[in-house]
Amino acid sequence: MAHTTEPTPVVRALYHDDDVLISAVKEIRAAGYKISEVYTPFPVHGLDKAMGLKETRIAMAAFMYGLLGLTVAVTLTWYMMISDWPQNIGGKPNYNWGMNMPAFVPILFELTVFFAAHLMVWTYLVINGLYPGADAQNPDPRTTDDYFMVELPAADGLVDVLKKSGAVEIAEA
Amino acid sequence: MKLLAGSLTLVGLVFLLIGFNTDYSSHATEGHADAVAAHSEDHVEAVESAPVATHAEATHAEEVHAEENHAAEGHDAHAVEGHDDHAAEGHEDMGHEAEGHEAAGHDGHGASHDLSANRPWAAFLVNSIFFLGIGIGTLFFLAIQYAAQVGWSAGLIRVFEAVSMYVGIPLLGILFLAVTGGMHMHHLWHWMAEGIMDPASANYDPIIAGKEGYLNVPFFIIRTLAYLVIWAGAAYLLRRNSLREDALPAGQNLFFTQRKLAATFVVLYAVTSSTSAWDWVMSIDAHWFSTLFGWYTFAGMFVTAMTVLNLLVMYLRINNHLPWINANHQHDLGKFMFAFSVFWTYLWFSQYMLIWYSNIPEEVTYYLPRFKGEFKPLFVAMVAMNFIFPILVLMSRDAKRIFGFIGLAAFFVLAGHWLDHYIMIMPGAVGYDYGFGFAELGGILFYAGLFLWVTLSQLSKAPLKLKNHPMLTESEHFHQ
Repeated sequence: MAHTTEPTPVVRALYHDDDVLISAVKEIRAAGYKISEVYTPFPVHGLDKAMGLKETRIAMAAFMYGLLGLTVAVTLTWYMMISDWPQNIGGKPNYNWGMNMPAFVPILFELTVFFAAHLMVWTYLVINGLYPGADAQNPDPRTTDDYFMVELPAADGLVDVLKKSGAVEIAEA
Repeated sequence: MKLLAGSLTLVGLVFLLIGFNTDYSSHATEGHADAVAAHSEDHVEAVESAPVATHAEATHAEEVHAEENHAAEGHDAHAVEGHDDHAAEGHEDMGHEAEGHEAAGHDGHGASHDLSANRPWAAFLVNSIFFLGIGIGTLFFLAIQYAAQVGWSAGLIRVFEAVSMYVGIPLLGILFLAVTGGMHMHHLWHWMAEGIMDPASANYDPIIAGKEGYLNVPFFIIRTLAYLVIWAGAAYLLRRNSLREDALPAGQNLFFTQRKLAATFVVLYAVTSSTSAWDWVMSIDAHWFSTLFGWYTFAGMFVTAMTVLNLLVMYLRINNHLPWINANHQHDLGKFMFAFSVFWTYLWFSQYMLIWYSNIPEEVTYYLPRFKGEFKPLFVAMVAMNFIFPILVLMSRDAKRIFGFIGLAAFFVLAGHWLDHYIMIMPGAVGYDYGFGFAELGGILFYAGLFLWVTLSQLSKAPLKLKNHPMLTESEHFHQ
């Protein structure tokens, strides 16, 4: 794929320990360099804060999805059980939705949870480019085992900072 | 603060005295027409769903008949004036009218039995149970911290201890109610009424008599005493060991003693939480029973405790008494408040829906005055306050860290759970002679004053940070 501009060369620094990684990330940011990505074999607690990532908005999305699920459930129960084909089940009132509402609560609950959970997972996967069939973005398979990698755009004096921060391997690509 | 606590207690006491000396029967004249209307309406529905209900006694059958006729005049005939004469003798047993569907027991509460006299006692029970929730919920929480060797909360143990030391006071209040009930000074628990277990008596109620093995005054008082000993004893021992551990030069020799103690208490509490709820609250409606009742009451108590803990920790943090506690700890307490509000709703609904769905007279009686009678607005408001408010206010992560939001949610949750206990107790204990007066307010002030007194003096007695707790460092470094 042809780039209209030259791709910025990136520097990749490998670390061998998650504690070193966290302090390195802090040092690199304190020195004024911008980190574009960190690859780790497992979630490193506190890394998002050290990297200064924006707070996730997935919670708001989940709330919206939950409301959507609730709406779908209300519509579904109302249409099926009240409007289209009212049935006498155990003598429960089927004249309007409100009177029969307690019987629908499990459905309301389940669909709210279903929508919130499933759509949240899909949102997460799509936003992070992890949907099925997506190309692997991992530049070095060792980060799936026991190495931690910091990726950042090349800049003057960067290598010294990286070395000082405890990187075991530094490469430019 | 001590002054405030003392004056609150005193004002509460004065209000209580006024409350106990007020005649509540005046209320009986108003609200009759719709009470009876609701009554008859309910009745018809229950009768419909159970056509073979055993209306054995002739008098009772007649009464039912009369009510059916009322209803048969059409549902818009609620305000028909002719109700009034019926109301005059029918109102007194409104609280137990629900049980009347079972035919037996209806005659147990004749016109001689004036439920309005129970009002101040019932109000005192509501407040005792509500404030007991704060103490016992916190004590249970404290015990879990030890039993599960929890790390994050180690810096808060002293706060939990101080609140759980309060548990004995509402228990003494309930013991007082149990003893006065046994002395027939009130019949808050209807099964304590004279002659109710005696086949020869006009008050005889075969259903209640069948429960005599469990529901009798001596055993009732013994059980209440047992709860007092187990709960207050556990609070005292946990506190004593924790203070002793501070005095040791180093190490955490007593930590595992505490753990055993806490685990033992949790097991005992698993049983006593249910039985105490049956005894003090469920036995008010002695014909009715729900297997979920113990958990339901426990869930309400635990939320109350979590909410009070949140407020207390917030207060201490604002005044810089807990510099090692940060927003992350507050966040976790907020999560408990949020999660157990949902848990309470879940149990509430589980109990409600099964009864609503099966619609069996002996079960559905409990919800008739609460969901169809006069208590309906309170009931609906209570569910909204205990579920919708906390879930909307506390759902977001940031809200659990901001004092204003916690305070707002706490206000609604506390008011909501007070109302929850009120609705559990009042319909059965006083029928429609309910209200909010000196007796209710006095009880709140009295117990709140004592709560502040006990908790704050316990807090000031020992350093707010444990010295030798093994998880202390973990708690200080706790973050999310």
